[in-house]
Amino acid sequence: MIARLIEGVPRRTLAMLAALLIALIAAPLVSGDYLLTVMILILYFAYIGQAWNIMMGFAGQLSLGHALYVGLGAYTAAALYVHYGIGPWIGLLVAVPIAALAGAFIGFLAFRFRVAGVYFAILTIAFAEFARVGFDHLAWTSGSSGLFLPVAQYTHNDLWLLRGHPVMFYYVILAATALAFIICRALLQSRVGYFWLAIREDEEAARSAGIDTFHYKMVAVVISAGMTSFAGVFYAFFYNNLFPEQVFHISRSIEIILGPIVGGIGTLFGPILGALLLTGLAETLTAALAALGVDLPGAKQVFYGICLLLVIVALPDGVWPWLARKLGVRERKS
Amino acid sequence: MTALLKVDAVSKRFRGLLAVDRVSFEVPEGSIFAVIGPNGAGKTTLFNMIAGVFAPNDGAISFNGERIDGLTPDKVCRRGIGRTFQLVRPFPALSVEDNVIIGALLHRPHVETARERAHEVLRRLDLYDKRAQRASGLTLPDRKRLEVARALATDPKLLLLDEVMAGLRPTETDRMVAILTSLNRDTGLTILLIEHVMRAVMALASRILVLHHGAAIAEGAPEAVVREPAVISSYLGAEAIT
Repeated sequence: MIARLIEGVPRRTLAMLAALLIALIAAPLVSGDYLLTVMILILYFAYIGQAWNIMMGFAGQLSLGHALYVGLGAYTAAALYVHYGIGPWIGLLVAVPIAALAGAFIGFLAFRFRVAGVYFAILTIAFAEFARVGFDHLAWTSGSSGLFLPVAQYTHNDLWLLRGHPVMFYYVILAATALAFIICRALLQSRVGYFWLAIREDEEAARSAGIDTFHYKMVAVVISAGMTSFAGVFYAFFYNNLFPEQVFHISRSIEIILGPIVGGIGTLFGPILGALLLTGLAETLTAALAALGVDLPGAKQVFYGICLLLVIVALPDGVWPWLARKLGVRERKS
Repeated sequence: MTALLKVDAVSKRFRGLLAVDRVSFEVPEGSIFAVIGPNGAGKTTLFNMIAGVFAPNDGAISFNGERIDGLTPDKVCRRGIGRTFQLVRPFPALSVEDNVIIGALLHRPHVETARERAHEVLRRLDLYDKRAQRASGLTLPDRKRLEVARALATDPKLLLLDEVMAGLRPTETDRMVAILTSLNRDTGLTILLIEHVMRAVMALASRILVLHHGAAIAEGAPEAVVREPAVISSYLGAEAIT
């Protein structure tokens, strides 16, 4: 199994990966609570970025509504916990199919009726907005007044119910991010992955090479949506509160895609590097401003904007392809 | 020889324009068949109906004894018809090898067996040494051969070539002709080509169909067809038969 995983990976890349993983595993030993929270946020965005990248980076379908799948995952697991005391891992078994079904529905409408490109992106925004308005009025999840989970006791960690210290959450999201990376790599090197790249590059040419493009686009959206919903479950149990206005808002969807864009769309490390750069630097900025006693609301958004601008102008393929060349490692396919 | 492809009185209208007008022909298995005609004669429309890009308004297209008109392009390809595009469309950001692997994966579940098939095809098309290059960086003759390679990797029984010689220098044309001839001879692959370069048509085709204003005006062996007055006046011009 492990031999299969690392097959074909250059030794240099493998060594760097191992070092990175060890550093990440050891990180909570030396970091304080604040830094730990920042790292959880980074991994959270790395995870979702990876899931979003399956649709956009691999299959070429731009989704601007991924907050929908985060929100569906979050609300499903949270409501099951609040109302029936069902734990998040069982909740996940319900949340993933719900998000995947929502993705399949949107995908079916779009791909069946040839809604593509910008129009597809608008459709994904529309469904996230429907959900936001819908959940605002859904009594079962307390509508716009928000759904609250009982606040966690930090005295002991309960992994099964995801109640405990941030360190536990850190390791959960680290494991999820590592797993997402492995899944994405395996997908990219499989038959499905090749077909996705063909569709991304030229859908008509892909079709005339015998690829059932409708089918493979559906596979992409279902996997991406299902994977994204786990991030929602995590979000609900980490923050303990959910407001439709927050989780389904378009700015959440935009936040999700900034990481992969900055890091490098279609690459495996892009989402991770992008999340590290954006969230890491933005939090540093916030902390620095706070330390200086400067109150600048919206500074983070301006910072995101500047980052995006710089990357688009200087490194349109993202930071990772450039950094990979500098480090002497490369991903076989971009 | 039995007919691999049978086109029976197909017509295609685009609003008021009758692009293809009741065209019928048969492509025998193992042959190389050329469709020629002036610009706007309906060659590419005819070709697109066979490849499944659009369905004919009237008539029938059968491949291997089964109706294929109205099927989508991916289904047509899975039945065993590979095609190239007049304006080449390789997957630009992918390597030459990956472009061909994608074709080979159609009938192969595993990437490694597809890679073996891709290497085989790339050697035949003189692209093996360039397999690691990005497709977008290739020269036009190389991209044209890559198109053929990708189509060939899907293991077609019939290969549809839409002006693969266009824009090639005479030496490149001869190279393509040699490759196609050897493919046809060694593997029995049936080829249907649309072509303007008469040098290639005369060297390759065992039969020619001439289209003009959407209708077939001549069909037969190359030497006979190019002597027909209707063909000369509509397409070749008097100087062509010298």
